[in-house]
Amino acid sequence: MDFQLVKTRELLLELSISDVMCSQVVTIAPDAAMSTLREVLRDYGISGAPVVEDDRLVGIVSTEDLIRWLAGDDDDCSIGERMTTDPEYLFADQSVAYAIKRLEDPEGYGRFPVVDRHSKKLVGIITKGDIIGGVLLKLEQEYKEEEVRQFRASHIFEDIAADDKEIYLFYDIVGKDFDRAGKASTRMKKNLKRLGIRPDIIRRLSIASYEAEMNVVIHADQGTMKYRIKPDEIVLEVSDRGPGIEDVEKAMQTGFTTSEDWVKEMGFGAGMGLSNIKNCADKMEIRSDPGVGVTLTIRIWTEDRHETE
Amino acid sequence: MKLSEIVEKLDLSVKTGANSLDVEISRGYVSDLLSDVIAHAEEGDVWITLQIHQNIVAVATMKSLGGIILIGDRQPGDDTVEKAEEEGIPILLSKLPAFELVGRLYELGITGN
Repeated sequence: MDFQLVKTRELLLELSISDVMCSQVVTIAPDAAMSTLREVLRDYGISGAPVVEDDRLVGIVSTEDLIRWLAGDDDDCSIGERMTTDPEYLFADQSVAYAIKRLEDPEGYGRFPVVDRHSKKLVGIITKGDIIGGVLLKLEQEYKEEEVRQFRASHIFEDIAADDKEIYLFYDIVGKDFDRAGKASTRMKKNLKRLGIRPDIIRRLSIASYEAEMNVVIHADQGTMKYRIKPDEIVLEVSDRGPGIEDVEKAMQTGFTTSEDWVKEMGFGAGMGLSNIKNCADKMEIRSDPGVGVTLTIRIWTEDRHETE
Repeated sequence: MKLSEIVEKLDLSVKTGANSLDVEISRGYVSDLLSDVIAHAEEGDVWITLQIHQNIVAVATMKSLGGIILIGDRQPGDDTVEKAEEEGIPILLSKLPAFELVGRLYELGITGN
């Protein structure tokens, strides 16, 4: 189960305690009378409170301390005499993940006072409830931000006044690096989504772009991908500095491959890349200079173009 | 048939995408060539393969496949697992060799058409 919540775990490490803690803390002074504790706890519906003197945390007092005092039938005394001194606390700049760890300790506490690391002042209090609320709020914010980003991006062509509008995006490809292979296409796909491009077009473009990227990774040492996004078409130009294609017509045939064996063993180099690209593209062009490199240009027409043609 | 039922009936172990098993599967595709899968697998297919590197997740995502079954007790790398979780792609592990596994899938009504 460890790997299943990668994103959420990142979030818990990113968020600091100060992001989710409750900063409206009910505190009590050490010289307040023990007999006043009952009302404080009852009025605020809490089961304990940090004891604070000059903004500094000096102790914590809970229902348990109150019951013990009542049961002992002792005379009234100050909170300071009955509180737990040197209470455990957390720093405001520690991660929420760490707070969860401390709160989950079965022998530990259900709440921790939060102290500023530098000023040593009490700045809040944290419980599991604060964490749940804070994390949900953060998730909601991120979701909304992505929505706004997507909305803005999808309106970019409408919002910008010009006779002609184009967006260019560039990505580098590192040859022979199969661990990073496909990264450029994956990053691109996210952008296309934000730009509000139709899903079926995104799919065709991401297949074409993935196959083209793989060709560069397999055959060349380095390359670039250039996306030119216009309101009516997307042009993908993939260039590499590699050996070039000797016979373009032959390379187009399904199953024809010049890949090395170790590449094939990984499932690449099936000799189907170019025909897969062709099936996804509205237009495809290959320019090859043997010994210099290959430039592959793929055009996919978007909705607007189809309607007008 | 739901992917979760296939997991149960064929005793597969769920490596990733435990929350994405509630999908209906009617078709399958077997291949170890990525471009071949890109060309011939269809949306929602279960893909049977011995490849374990992270590009299988990219292919499955691109083609919106229902899930990947790795045969012969092969274990995906950490990168593959991480990426699959990110994309919500189920990776299921079988101890059986491909031929045997596909036969059993066929018996369950999962076909290649």
